[in-house]
Amino acid sequence: MNLKPTTLTQIDEVITHYPTKRSATLPLLHLIQEDVGYIPEGAIEWIATKLELEPINVYEVVTFYPMFRQKPIGRRHIKVCRTLSCALLGGYKTCEQFEKEFNTHRGEVSPDGEVTVDFVECLASCGTAPVVLIDDDLHEKVDCAKAKQLSAQIKAEAKKR
Amino acid sequence: MAAPTQRRIIFQHIDEPGYSNDLACYVRHGGYDVLKKAVTRPPAELIDEVKKSGLRGRGGAGFPCGVKWGLVDRKSGKPIYLIVNADESEPGTFKDRYIMHQDPHQLIEGTMISCFANNVKQAYIYIRGEMPHGARILEKAIAEARAAGFVGKNILGTTYSCDIFVHRGAGAYICGEETGLIESLEGKRANPRIKPPYFPAVLGLYQCPTIVNNVETLCHVKHIVEFGGDAFTKIGTPNNTGTRIFCVSGHVQRPGYYEFEAGKITMGQLLHEVCGGPLPGRTFKAVIPGGSSAKILRFGERFKGKRKVGAEMVDYDWGVEDVPMDFDSLGMIGTMGGSGGVIVMDDTVNMVEALANINAFYSHESCGQCTPCREGSLWMKKITTRMVHGQARSEDAALLKSVADQIPGRTICAFGEACSWPTQSFIAKFGDEFKHYPETKKTAKPAGAPELV
Repeated sequence: MNLKPTTLTQIDEVITHYPTKRSATLPLLHLIQEDVGYIPEGAIEWIATKLELEPINVYEVVTFYPMFRQKPIGRRHIKVCRTLSCALLGGYKTCEQFEKEFNTHRGEVSPDGEVTVDFVECLASCGTAPVVLIDDDLHEKVDCAKAKQLSAQIKAEAKKR
Repeated sequence: MAAPTQRRIIFQHIDEPGYSNDLACYVRHGGYDVLKKAVTRPPAELIDEVKKSGLRGRGGAGFPCGVKWGLVDRKSGKPIYLIVNADESEPGTFKDRYIMHQDPHQLIEGTMISCFANNVKQAYIYIRGEMPHGARILEKAIAEARAAGFVGKNILGTTYSCDIFVHRGAGAYICGEETGLIESLEGKRANPRIKPPYFPAVLGLYQCPTIVNNVETLCHVKHIVEFGGDAFTKIGTPNNTGTRIFCVSGHVQRPGYYEFEAGKITMGQLLHEVCGGPLPGRTFKAVIPGGSSAKILRFGERFKGKRKVGAEMVDYDWGVEDVPMDFDSLGMIGTMGGSGGVIVMDDTVNMVEALANINAFYSHESCGQCTPCREGSLWMKKITTRMVHGQARSEDAALLKSVADQIPGRTICAFGEACSWPTQSFIAKFGDEFKHYPETKKTAKPAGAPELV
């Protein structure tokens, strides 16, 4: 596991926020996932050593929280809200549209490696349903037309690379 | 009767053109003036103001904030912690998001006043993982406030010091439950703790006395200290003081957030006048008034009984539209004001399918430590999903009810109640729809009916 120097600095800083090292488990997992893209092999042991814990203490956290993943995903992560308020206004159709656009299925990396489409639970923006979180950015009122438009943007950015 | 006008206290600057989330803008609008005065007063006086205000927690349970603070063990000699519960994740609720993104300093000021009042030396903001921008905005705002002497060492030149750190969750709804949140902040799975003995006020974070308050609640504290506790009780209605932010979603013309004096607006005024009524050609069928765990209301049902108005007991006979939107009135008719998340469903919605959607949520979010909740939420999901996508049977309603009835009261935390109330109330209110679902499935869906599971 090769972490960027800035990640290592952030890791050392965040540990000082808490009176016990164990509290830094979630922040360290976030920092590593942001750096590497997922929680790679070896990360659990690395964090355990860093925080003076047993690897199981870290492993049980990784497997409990839905945001942590142990496998790589597509370059962009499309999270469509599945919960009631979004579903009432077409969230399922929005998700299907993204799957169609990238020729993929929920929870899988698209064949071109560009995206992973996921259904997630309530994103706390029910008043602008249906909502979609693409990486860190929230998109509101994403009907099928807007899903197509967002997909086209992602594809255009991919072509530029 | 016409709906009252909005009374924006917490949301005063939300969506205001030109209002930005930086310190300079906040200070220009009088920001941190209340903190400056607060640190010159005895802390006990501030706690008294909050007690007098009658403020009830805005996270869901509506527990009086002053009472919560009164339970804190101040004799143990251990440090007292304050945690801001910013894990907003009750389906239908989306108020704290706007406070944190657009007016973070209001939250920081309310937090610092609460910390000073309770002699807290370290506070944490536990923000849900799906709000990465929110976390960065809060971190930047805290850094600005620290540089200006509002947070950190020797606040405003006094001997009082207190810092705030932001801690991100990672997608688990149960972290909104205060003891689950504490476990999570300690770096563990968010399995809620059993009470007694683990009341946060006595044995909370790191087994120290801990206050856990919702984002909106802490913002109210700022205004209570500004107005005075007695003056605050003039806003709203007795026992339901201050304002409430209603988050309306689902099938209305104008979904969104609306702040009104508590108890001064009815469900009908909110949905018809403020939110513009149902979508064209549709009629309202059902509404969940306080986040998805609150028991559902069916348009057309009536609620009768006696209620206290002033010193007298008065008869009431309400339709759903007539119910005042406060904790007590909603409690009286068998549901709750909860977190203020109002989810509206119109006549295109099939209630079996809506329940299947909700059950999938709770099954996904059960932490898994108590068998009745882990297994019960899973089976309620399996049954309702089978009804929609597989074979539906008329006896499924009774089966669902029997599963739901075995959960509440048998779990460590209130998730047991939260996951069984939807099933219990959907079947109580829409039993016929469940019974007839095998036949309904064979007929065409109404035009515009959403796919829900």
